[in-house]
Amino acid sequence: MDSQAPAEALAIKTEKLNLWYGTFQALYDIDLDIKRGIITSMIGPSGCGKTTFLRSVNRINERLGYVRTTGSILVLGHDIYGPQVDLGKVREQVGMVFQRPNPLPLSIRENVIFGYRLAKGTQKVSASERDEIVEKALREVLLWDTVKDRLDRRAIDLSLEEQQKLCIARLLPVKPAVLLMDEPCSALDPKGTEAVEELIWELRGEYTILIVTHNMAQARRASEECIFMLLGKVIEHTPTEELFVTPANQETADYIEGRYG
Amino acid sequence: MGGVSAIIFIIGIFIFITKEGLPFLLGRFDIVEFFTSPRWRPTSEHNPTYGALALIAGTASVTGLAMLVAVPFSLGAAIYIGEFATGRTREILKVLVELLAAIPSVVWGFIGLSIMNPLIIKLFNVPVGLNVLNAGFILGLMAAPIMTTIAEDALKAVPDTYREAAEALGATRWQVIRRVVIPASKNGLVAAVLLGVGRGFGETMAVLMASGHSINLPTSIFDSVRALTATIAAELGETAVGSDHYRALFTLGIFLFLITFIINLTADLVVRGIRKK
Repeated sequence: MDSQAPAEALAIKTEKLNLWYGTFQALYDIDLDIKRGIITSMIGPSGCGKTTFLRSVNRINERLGYVRTTGSILVLGHDIYGPQVDLGKVREQVGMVFQRPNPLPLSIRENVIFGYRLAKGTQKVSASERDEIVEKALREVLLWDTVKDRLDRRAIDLSLEEQQKLCIARLLPVKPAVLLMDEPCSALDPKGTEAVEELIWELRGEYTILIVTHNMAQARRASEECIFMLLGKVIEHTPTEELFVTPANQETADYIEGRYG
Repeated sequence: MGGVSAIIFIIGIFIFITKEGLPFLLGRFDIVEFFTSPRWRPTSEHNPTYGALALIAGTASVTGLAMLVAVPFSLGAAIYIGEFATGRTREILKVLVELLAAIPSVVWGFIGLSIMNPLIIKLFNVPVGLNVLNAGFILGLMAAPIMTTIAEDALKAVPDTYREAAEALGATRWQVIRRVVIPASKNGLVAAVLLGVGRGFGETMAVLMASGHSINLPTSIFDSVRALTATIAAELGETAVGSDHYRALFTLGIFLFLITFIINLTADLVVRGIRKK
């Protein structure tokens, strides 16, 4: 299914996406076309709905019982809000990295293999297959050399930077198409931020990456397209350079010049 | 202050029961007889015997059956209340569980005596309905609420970020519970079970009323038994203060005290994660 329909040039396509938390409307008629294989960043002031949008792309929003969504989100051409959709499959295809690194209270190895085990369902994962997958994923996030001798240790004891890299590594074994990142560097120090940003940059191409950030410098240097949101609406969606150099809207210009935020 | 007074009370109680039991422990007491003979005949005129084996077996069998009832029941309830129920349902259930914990044990005993007894006789076609099954079931229902409350606290202590992380990786709610929440709250759950066992060992009135109170080494759940606690409760008022019988009952008390103390201490250590790998 990787290379047929033209629609699949788009990783994520939303149509008239509206979302309410109880009676509060957080998203208004979001129509977005997010291209495949690039990094798209989302910026905007706090409460503008960027995290909400991100969390509706893997439907993790629904953990809160009082969320109501209308409209559609297509991931690689498939409507993830359709009636026959298997949530497990959606989340296999759309991985998520959270603001604070949240490794599971398991060993490093079990964290990396967790999603893969779920995807295999009742089938057993052999030890050699497991080790191979763990090594590959950890190599991809440049963590293998630091942790290869302590795979049995608890993941919670790693540094925050390493934890966040691990949280990215554990998404990879199930070969997701899209990686959602919700301010992945906000809990890290400048050095950690740099390392994780570098890693995100390495991962583009193979994965479509949608990254929410408060840090405009980060959006500017680490993304190819940029979406500016305000009060639950998309104001502008253009190549990053364009948005920062020649914004089409006054609100965008005001925001990136730091007049509010 | 509260901590200090608690320690003083515990030590005081221990000194008191030891003081009352010690003369027997040092004199008439025969450790082999105590632990291996099922003959508890302290009132025999010519040859009183003090074998506690049947009483220990009675307490152990009733508590064991109670745990078979209470563990699945209370862990299931805790998982439902902690992980699935929301809003009103959850609050109502929690209040109900606490209400259950507040039912006096004599009321449970009464239920055993007047409801369970005829029911068991009818259902299983046995001559007596006051037996291990009856007392174990009643005791299981009694221990379940407190175990549910503690187990639910343990589940609640698992940070929600773990659940969110696991769900975002594609886990269903059951998979989250089985692979993440239960392993993460293991210590608290073990403690809940241990405290339930401690409750079972210490319970007196309901067991006295529902177990049949006859000295027996049980071979099936339809045998009547007698518990350590019930023996003390039933006999202490009938003995002459200072007699061998009186002091033997206090020896049973020391034994019970030590067992519940060890169980509670273990539970406490488990909660604190001393056994952490």
